[in-house]
Amino acid sequence: MMSHRSRVFAALALPLALPLALTACASTPDDELNAEGKVVLTVAMDAGLDGKAVEAFNARVAQFEQAHSDIDVKPQEYTWTAATFTAQLAGGTVPDVLTVPFTDGRGLIERRQIADISGQVATLPYAGALNPAIAKAGQAADGKQWAVPIAAYGQALHYNRTLFTQAGLDPDKPPTTWAEVRTAAKQIAERTGQAGYAQMTQGNTGGWILTTLDYAFGGRTEKLTGDTAEATIDTPEMTEVLSTLRAMRWDDNSMGANFLYDWAGINQDFAAGRIGMYVSGGGNYGNLVTQNGLKPADYGVAALPLAAKPEAGVLGGGTLAVVSPNAGERGKDAAVKWIDFYYMGKLTDQDAAVADAKTLAETKQPVGVPALPVVDRATYDKQQEWVKQYVNVPLAQMKPYTDKMFDQPLVTEPTKSTQEVYKILDTTVQKLLTERGTDIAALLKAADTDVQSTIGRG
Amino acid sequence: MAAVVPPPPPQAPRRRCTPVTWVRRGGLTSLLFLLPLLVVFGVFSWAPIVQSVVMSFQRTNLVGPVTFVGLDNFAQVLNDPLLWTAVGNTLWFAVLALVFGYPVPLVAAVLISEVRARRGLFSALAYLPVVVPPVVAVLLWKFFYDASPSGVFNTVLGWVGLGPWQWLQNPASAMPALVLEATWAAAGGTVIIYLAALAGVPVEQYEAAEIDGAGIWRKVWHVTLPRLRGVLLVTFILQIIGTAQVFLEPFLFTGGGPANSTMTVLLLIYDYAFASSLGGDYGAATALSIMLAAVLAVLSTIYLRVTRSWSAS
Repeated sequence: MMSHRSRVFAALALPLALPLALTACASTPDDELNAEGKVVLTVAMDAGLDGKAVEAFNARVAQFEQAHSDIDVKPQEYTWTAATFTAQLAGGTVPDVLTVPFTDGRGLIERRQIADISGQVATLPYAGALNPAIAKAGQAADGKQWAVPIAAYGQALHYNRTLFTQAGLDPDKPPTTWAEVRTAAKQIAERTGQAGYAQMTQGNTGGWILTTLDYAFGGRTEKLTGDTAEATIDTPEMTEVLSTLRAMRWDDNSMGANFLYDWAGINQDFAAGRIGMYVSGGGNYGNLVTQNGLKPADYGVAALPLAAKPEAGVLGGGTLAVVSPNAGERGKDAAVKWIDFYYMGKLTDQDAAVADAKTLAETKQPVGVPALPVVDRATYDKQQEWVKQYVNVPLAQMKPYTDKMFDQPLVTEPTKSTQEVYKILDTTVQKLLTERGTDIAALLKAADTDVQSTIGRG
Repeated sequence: MAAVVPPPPPQAPRRRCTPVTWVRRGGLTSLLFLLPLLVVFGVFSWAPIVQSVVMSFQRTNLVGPVTFVGLDNFAQVLNDPLLWTAVGNTLWFAVLALVFGYPVPLVAAVLISEVRARRGLFSALAYLPVVVPPVVAVLLWKFFYDASPSGVFNTVLGWVGLGPWQWLQNPASAMPALVLEATWAAAGGTVIIYLAALAGVPVEQYEAAEIDGAGIWRKVWHVTLPRLRGVLLVTFILQIIGTAQVFLEPFLFTGGGPANSTMTVLLLIYDYAFASSLGGDYGAATALSIMLAAVLAVLSTIYLRVTRSWSAS
């Protein structure tokens, strides 16, 4: 017998219990196999690539499948963004092989949010030859390599040669100090009407670039003692950074009219010829050309100006190839083979490097974009030789950067609560650039307190 | 004399309800018909709500192990200074939207209803912005708001010797700029509601008012508004609920900037959950969501109780 109350309860419980039961059916990772018994491997392909770039990617997939007849590779458009990454990871919608920035490597490993592929990575012939400083970003506390560093960069000053010329500046002699950056920015703004110098401020990129400038002026955003971190935002170096930016924004009016740039937005405006100079990763040329239609003739890149202080350095970062925790054992084997083939082969193996460069060149994709070595310098130099005949990027225009990039001291990103610290600094730089007369001392004091509270909690 | 107590009327024998009789009476068929609806609502509405409530007492990154933390998430949110900035901004948005956004559809509807020719065309024009997908509309307005002298609005201002204005790039003007776009985007739907309500106002009342010598404003004040009172009260509370949940405009236009001047409660919830790539603070995000839902529920209840007598009169 079912009383009225019981029926009401059942009527309410059913819709609540059913979905919970349905959503609670978690399973241990299983390999996905296709009808022919091949293991299906979804691999990340940058979102928004133009037709030629997609063609080049698919050509590489075909070459891989030919060499590995038991693997069925399915490209999936994917670009890492801080906002969507965890939700995608939790929802299981990331590809089996994906890329993440160095900043997130340690955290992902500690939280076991990525698959342990250290066994497979250890069998790779160059496992012992990875640049130790760079390999660390993908290692667990016990030194096991859970993630493979596939690219490394140092921040650089990108500039528009055409705007330099129009402003009466020599595009072959870009600024080498921040005072020169300020003068050049003012001249560009006055003579061309475009932003002389622009800066990212949104989506945690404001903090990323502000930290870059802090390093360049000799500062650091946090000081680590063992496992304890102390915020070091309120420093003379950061004060100098903000004073320089304030002068460019409010005295010179050379920073344009947009103070809410994120990475995609600033790349877009730079490629469109609306920005004279901006700071971003040294290897940004590929994105500017393939996703933003930059005219190669406009492009120039220079080493980041550093203050004459021993602590001054270039913020370095990079990209790790990682495997989704949803991959099964065969999937992990296949994933590491793909990482070896697609990302690492071109850096370590002559045939693979030539095949990759040839495919890219034939599809008119950039070959020869400057990058820091993820393997030892000797292998890096050899790789440059192997692909020399296919290089199609304007190397001469990158000389102000490539001449100095190995000599500049690299400094890693802040390690504690990196993204949260960057978010706090987003507000700092936005305030400075949008509110005239902002009190820099008060601004830094507030940011320092917020960062300390965040890294203390994290 | 003792009162004679009449015997209680004989109670009808209580009908036994067994699973068999339930099935015989068509219970199973009803359930089968209901099932698709229950599953859809359950999976996409109720389960997430229940899971959110549970998650507000947890610390989780959705992948690693879950820890129950009691009311810590609620305390953390209430102690976050950014919460009060977000609450202040949301209220500011709501006030601006009520002062400027609320009367616009009403005025437009009254004007359209007064037009004798091509009323359909004007109604369609008023509704047109609603047809534009919201994200597209925001991207379009980003061009309008371009702060350089070549931006669309600044070019127009330049013709009369004004500007260039900073629109979204200035903490003082960013929120009003968002309200302007939001009003443009949403007014069409409300105009149609008002037009439908206006169609129900008896023509005789206007005629009687005209005979009494009333002009357009007196007709609006004494005939139109009283007849629309019920609809106006509903759209008012809907507007408050809608503005309290404003997200799309600050997210797409400014990301909460400049300097948190457009950080709203919903955007703060989003930031708690998604600002960090290493597992957002889903506990804090769901805790704030629940607090917002509770405040809105209380507000709606009070509002409906207070206005019940107004709308009935």
